[in-house]
Amino acid sequence: MRPIEELVQADQGLVRRAIFSDEDIFKQEIKQIFGRAWLFVGHESLVPNPDDYFVSQMGTDSVILTRNRQGQIQVLLNSCSHRGMKLCRYDHGNNRTFTCPYHGWSFSTDGQLVERPGELVGVPGFAKNYMGELDKKSWGLKSVAQIHNYKGTIWATWDPNAPPFEEYVGDMRLYLDSALDHRDGREGGSEVIGGVQKWRVKSNWKMPAENFIGDLYHDISHRSVDVVGIGPSGGRGRRDAMQGRVAIAFKDLGHGLLGNLPHYEEPDYSPMYTAYPEVERYYREVHEKRIQNLGNNMRVKHRVGTIFPNMSFHGWQPRTITVFHPVSATEMEMWRMYLVDSDAPEEVKESARHYFLRYSGPGGMTESDDMENWTGATAASQGDIAQDLYFNYQMGIGHTKPVPELRGAVVSHEFTEENARAYYRRWAQFMQGSSWETMTPTY
Amino acid sequence: MTNAKIETSQPEVAYMDAGIELWWNVQNFLFAEADLLDRRCFNEWLEILHPDITYRMPLARNIRRDQIKQSEYTQPGETAWFDEGFQTLSQRVAQINTGIHWAEEPASRVSHLVSNVRVQVPANTVGSPEEVKVHSRFLIYQNRLQTETVLFVGKRADVLRRHEGRWKVLERTIYLDQNVLLAKALTTFF
Ligand code: FES
Ligand SMILES: [Fe+2]
Repeated sequence: MRPIEELVQADQGLVRRAIFSDEDIFKQEIKQIFGRAWLFVGHESLVPNPDDYFVSQMGTDSVILTRNRQGQIQVLLNSCSHRGMKLCRYDHGNNRTFTCPYHGWSFSTDGQLVERPGELVGVPGFAKNYMGELDKKSWGLKSVAQIHNYKGTIWATWDPNAPPFEEYVGDMRLYLDSALDHRDGREGGSEVIGGVQKWRVKSNWKMPAENFIGDLYHDISHRSVDVVGIGPSGGRGRRDAMQGRVAIAFKDLGHGLLGNLPHYEEPDYSPMYTAYPEVERYYREVHEKRIQNLGNNMRVKHRVGTIFPNMSFHGWQPRTITVFHPVSATEMEMWRMYLVDSDAPEEVKESARHYFLRYSGPGGMTESDDMENWTGATAASQGDIAQDLYFNYQMGIGHTKPVPELRGAVVSHEFTEENARAYYRRWAQFMQGSSWETMTPTY
Repeated sequence: MTNAKIETSQPEVAYMDAGIELWWNVQNFLFAEADLLDRRCFNEWLEILHPDITYRMPLARNIRRDQIKQSEYTQPGETAWFDEGFQTLSQRVAQINTGIHWAEEPASRVSHLVSNVRVQVPANTVGSPEEVKVHSRFLIYQNRLQTETVLFVGKRADVLRRHEGRWKVLERTIYLDQNVLLAKALTTFF
């Protein structure tokens, strides 16, 4: 493996293709990035009731997102501590204890029964076969080191030394709010529509992460859908217009987005979902409420963004969360969930759902062409000659301005590769095994 | 036959197997439909869809055996691979026809194999029915570019209705036998 400084020269806008195709680099990523970073594991609305669980993924490890009897959410490794069997074989369900199908060890998250979530509680033949000589306390399920519930989104890290989640996301948090908060400006208030789309794509997992960070330049590849028009207001195009859109990079953290700069006054209402008059009325109403609820407070709005390393989200149209789970250097599993205001009227939820599904996911008329780009680029980066070449990320180097309201953020015009440079600069820091101290900015 | 709930546009009535002639006609209808798709005659395919069609492909999930009936497949109102009507289907055809929909350019080579066709009519039918329920299996082979090959296998539950003298597809629910979709995109019709 070539040195990281050679693979990524972010300031020059150079990234060697091998990072999208080399298996050794991939193995390092799993350790250095997925073993340390804060990762998105799910949404609390996937486990609404006590004892509910949802099987998720962190890097290449299967994990169980579960809510115990006390209502607390835990994330545990989905692998038995005895001989590794996968404990949860269903996508979701409701269990008091997790019992292994192999030899029957059972684990509990119930705070009444155990001292720590995932503790080993039942061992068949404990008295007779083990003669009581097994230290159950030390053979529980591996638990993540830290967990954080941010407005319903659940994040976890294996690294006990990782900085707190809010420090890790920095002021990118505000843009996460713009997806998670109620359209009327109240905090939180979104839920995931039932069902998680999961699909395999022969693409390196960073291709979409980079794309979602704010690559407006690739819009040309969506011309076919723009010509046909699938937007919620009819006519050409695929979305309702967004004014004043810029690219913002959190240059020390690797996150980035396309959206608006922070502002203190609600811009004038621009009609949305006009193909559905009832629904349009809802958006007009929540706009009025937003003006009242937010007053002169700072606010942001975004279209699309990525939180390093592999979670991206649409904030407005559509409104989704997507994760790129690494499978190998040249394959990933995409997951997507769709968000709506939980108290919105049924027609509003339905029109959003229909629109999101025709836009996103493998059946999405927009996204189907994205996957074509990512798989094509991954495949064409595997050739022996190709591997050694650099990708070009030189658009707009040196043409940024700081954003005073957002710590460590810089703004560019809509079309720039600044956000991708920030992303790969962060990637290089993780890959070099830099300490959290050197990686965490102080403002 | 699938265990999943099958919606019809009718209030619940008892159904019985159709006679051989109707079965033969409906089966030919499905084979002709498959042929239209495989010959890429998408505009003609749209003509055999009812203007009020609901076209839905729910997600399949791994869940406990005792919950299979209720929740193996996502329900109407939940996330799906597809959930749309005539307008979106026509837009999909229009998108392919632009010639710059890169997920279908160059065009895929697709073969729809349709089998296990069962046709049912309301038990109180006298004469020829206006509406039939049709269950079938599909196996769809898709080859794109050089070696990209995908197999889609599953079940379909259709409702066909007579419209202007012809059978048209009024409802189609597609139960794909996959949990994690093993295709990067769904650019063919089912
Ligand atoms: S592997 Fe789980 S009990 Fe043996
Ligand atoms: Fe795109």
